[in-house]
Amino acid sequence: MLDLICENGDVQTQDGLWADSPLAIRGLTVTYGQKPAVFSVDMTVAAGQMTAIIGPNGAGKSTLLKAALGIIPSVSGRVKVFGADLAQQRARIAYVPQRASVDWDFPTRVIDVVLMGLYREVGLMARIRGQHRARAQACLERVGMQDFANRQIGQLSGGQQQRVFLARALAQAADLYLLDEPFAGVDAATEKAIISVLKSLREAGKTVVVVHHDLATVRDYFDNVFLINTRKIAEGPVETTFTADTLQEAYGGRLAATQVDQLQAVVG
Amino acid sequence: MIGAEFVPLSLPPLLIGTFAAVACALPGNFLLLRRQALIGDAISHVVLPGIVVAFLLTGAISTWPMMLGAAGASVVAVALIEAIRRLGRIEPGAAMGVVFTTMFAAGVLLLEQTDTSTVHLDVEHALYGNLESLIWLDAIGWSSLWDPVALAGLPPELPRMALALLGVGLFVTVFWRPLKISTFDEGFAQAVGIATGPLGLALVVTAAIAAVAAFDAVGSIIVIAMFICPPASARMMTDQLEVQVGWSAIFATLSAILGYVLAGYGPLLIGLNDAVSAAGMIATVSGVILAICARFGPCRTRAGAPSGIS
Amino acid sequence: MVLLDALLLQLGYNATLVSLGAALLGAAAGITGTFLFLRKRALVSDAVSHATLPGVCVAFLLMAAFGGDGRNLAGLLLGSALSAWAGLCCLNWLTQRTRLAEDAAIGAVLSVFFGFGVVLLTVIQTLGVGRQAGLEGFLLGSTAGMLFSDALVIAAGGAGALVVILFARRALTLVAFDPDYATAQGLPVARIDMLMMGLVMAVTVVGLKIVGLILIVALLIIPAVTARFWTERSERVVLLAGVFGAVAAYFGAALSASAPNLPTGPLIVLVSFALFALSLMFAPGRGVLAAVVRQRRFQRRVHLRQGLLALAQGQPIYEALTLRLLRRSGLARADGVATESGKARAAKALRDEARWEVLRRDHAHGPAAALYDGLRAIETVLTADQIAEIDRKIGGPKEVRT
Repeated sequence: MLDLICENGDVQTQDGLWADSPLAIRGLTVTYGQKPAVFSVDMTVAAGQMTAIIGPNGAGKSTLLKAALGIIPSVSGRVKVFGADLAQQRARIAYVPQRASVDWDFPTRVIDVVLMGLYREVGLMARIRGQHRARAQACLERVGMQDFANRQIGQLSGGQQQRVFLARALAQAADLYLLDEPFAGVDAATEKAIISVLKSLREAGKTVVVVHHDLATVRDYFDNVFLINTRKIAEGPVETTFTADTLQEAYGGRLAATQVDQLQAVVG
Repeated sequence: MIGAEFVPLSLPPLLIGTFAAVACALPGNFLLLRRQALIGDAISHVVLPGIVVAFLLTGAISTWPMMLGAAGASVVAVALIEAIRRLGRIEPGAAMGVVFTTMFAAGVLLLEQTDTSTVHLDVEHALYGNLESLIWLDAIGWSSLWDPVALAGLPPELPRMALALLGVGLFVTVFWRPLKISTFDEGFAQAVGIATGPLGLALVVTAAIAAVAAFDAVGSIIVIAMFICPPASARMMTDQLEVQVGWSAIFATLSAILGYVLAGYGPLLIGLNDAVSAAGMIATVSGVILAICARFGPCRTRAGAPSGIS
Repeated sequence: MVLLDALLLQLGYNATLVSLGAALLGAAAGITGTFLFLRKRALVSDAVSHATLPGVCVAFLLMAAFGGDGRNLAGLLLGSALSAWAGLCCLNWLTQRTRLAEDAAIGAVLSVFFGFGVVLLTVIQTLGVGRQAGLEGFLLGSTAGMLFSDALVIAAGGAGALVVILFARRALTLVAFDPDYATAQGLPVARIDMLMMGLVMAVTVVGLKIVGLILIVALLIIPAVTARFWTERSERVVLLAGVFGAVAAYFGAALSASAPNLPTGPLIVLVSFALFALSLMFAPGRGVLAAVVRQRRFQRRVHLRQGLLALAQGQPIYEALTLRLLRRSGLARADGVATESGKARAAKALRDEARWEVLRRDHAHGPAAALYDGLRAIETVLTADQIAEIDRKIGGPKEVRT
């Protein structure tokens, strides 16, 4: 349990862990002001599986994801994506930010947001062609939003916004999907639609990492969990890692006693 | 007004005013959506110390050093605002207020301390510009547009402003997609590899270039008004960025032309002898357009979608 | 010597009155500005001040048209207040009834009102009404040739604003710091906000003649921002802002009276900024120097801790900074091998991690466990007895691999 520090990625490379993992993080520390939000975290995401990042509010779940993608700066640590540096692998990553992180009043339509997913492919100046539009439309269909293509994004409900974000990620045709709280504040139908899309991605051999907050659904949705509370608590398959012990360690005093009982029912 | 006088007296100021308005309105669209609308305000204030310092260094009123000075001052101001915001952990509005008032004050003080009696350099000129004076004395009519000798006598502000507009237009066109993506969703933009920091800086620098070129010709009132009013009006007309930018160009042009015409001919209609400030009138017209759009524009309010559940 | 005379109010009755009036105005502006700043609406004052110009011009035109003296200061100030109020109404309407954000609405109001004011200024020039030159003074302020009655209006205005603030300070502070709480307390927040904007307008209008409408926002913003560096307590921010404002305004006005070609407004602003810059750099706590020192110390702690844990687990250290810090503290040799004291410290670090782990598993220590951030020493959350209790669960000290 105490292998939380690994300043040395190269040793791991010899172990083969670096090379195979779609996302490997070593010794990542991120601080806001004087307080570490993420302290010396190692993470090795299993390829072709669905992994949930779990932890209490303010435990650094989203921070971990953002720092891994270089969206926020880290104090120390290294990140490898499919064994290489992040900059060379951008095209293989699809990132879905939190829905609330953008201004939905922005003047654009649903289809335009999905087309943003093709940015790396289309580039600065090349024309958007019929085939691009058709692909964007197909991605909208996969999330059940085909009828909303020309809708202004400000008119969407929270669940619909989340689906549009997922469609944009699908348009990227990536190998690694990183989603930040995709189920936060969405309706049941959307949650079902999203999880079925994610599962189909896994069928296709893609790797999916989700920052997740609903402990009750972890067993149904995911293969692996990564428990974090500033530092890594546990990492591994749901059956062996998602236990009352690790949850207590991750949530500590932030989980009310009644919740703990319920959880023990969930985790068996 | 389409008499023989039109080409020498009215065409150049009309064109310069229009170019300046559009050049400011284009980047203004993005600044508006990024909640940086007041960067234009800050830039237009700090232009004054920039040109005063340039004048002190060169000892003469010459265009290029002054434009360089103004551009340098804009960059210094933006850097200072950013530094104060980060180092002092102060909200951007207040940081901006600290920087532009101080730089403007320094500019005024320098100006008062300098003997500028022999040259045309004063605060009023910096504020309102002098659009009306940009005339083309070599022109005798429309035919002059094809006369190279006459063209050589064009007010130099005209090609300069045209060049600035071209540059701004080019920047917005080339970087349209990354600008749009990073304005909408900065996190996603970074994840797909867009260098959002440098791009944001480039946008501000482009705005500064437009502001400095326009300021030289028309004064800083127009600059602030055109950064904000046409894009804000356009936002009320449409829910699509492409269309919004189009509308903003139309509104900017409309403001410039109507404002110039009203300033020149309006007072005559109500029995006054002289024209009023064209720059002020252009800003006023853009405000009237904004008022109309804010009252009647089809997209004037937030969409108001049900939140949470679909 | 002239400067000393000016500071000691020896330059004649008018200059003295102006300096004192400026100080009163500065105090009122600093305090009012603090409320604005704390509500994150500092630049609203920019819109308000620019919106005064059309009012000044219209008032001048009206007074001249009715045969009076167009330059009557009280009349001009009344006009400026009315048009500032109109600008404020436009601003509120734009932010509440349309989709425009406040910054855009501020920019729109200030540029359009100012532009219209400039049009009116040129109208006044066109009309050729005598003695109109004074109006330009409202742009940048001018105390030269100020009438005694003008100075009196300014001093009285500044004092009046201060009195209002004195009476309303509790409510204003509460609303500025926590409007939701104020609402819950049953305070009429909307009306108090209106009072705040009224004060902003009053300060702006009174300050027009001294500082000018372009620079008056500096008096509202800079002292408040400066004061924020020195204290976290609301009443003190307000008080300090008043002091900074008064000092800057007094010095600025006195300096300007001491020599020709020293315009009052810019000098006041520059003195304010000097106070700001000093505070930004040297204030304890929020100042830059203090922050740099703190940040470096913090970074060292992170790297040392990570380095120690790496040593404890026998992993080589690759980050140069970590190794350098370990070496400088005598915890590791240049080749990355731990020294004796390094081994001890590493063992302690590893042991503390293990203790934290136990702590987190234990229901009883929930709140203490939540304090974990990788750096906090466990001794700060547990008593020696509790640590001993945990150590019993872990077992005895183990050999550290190196």
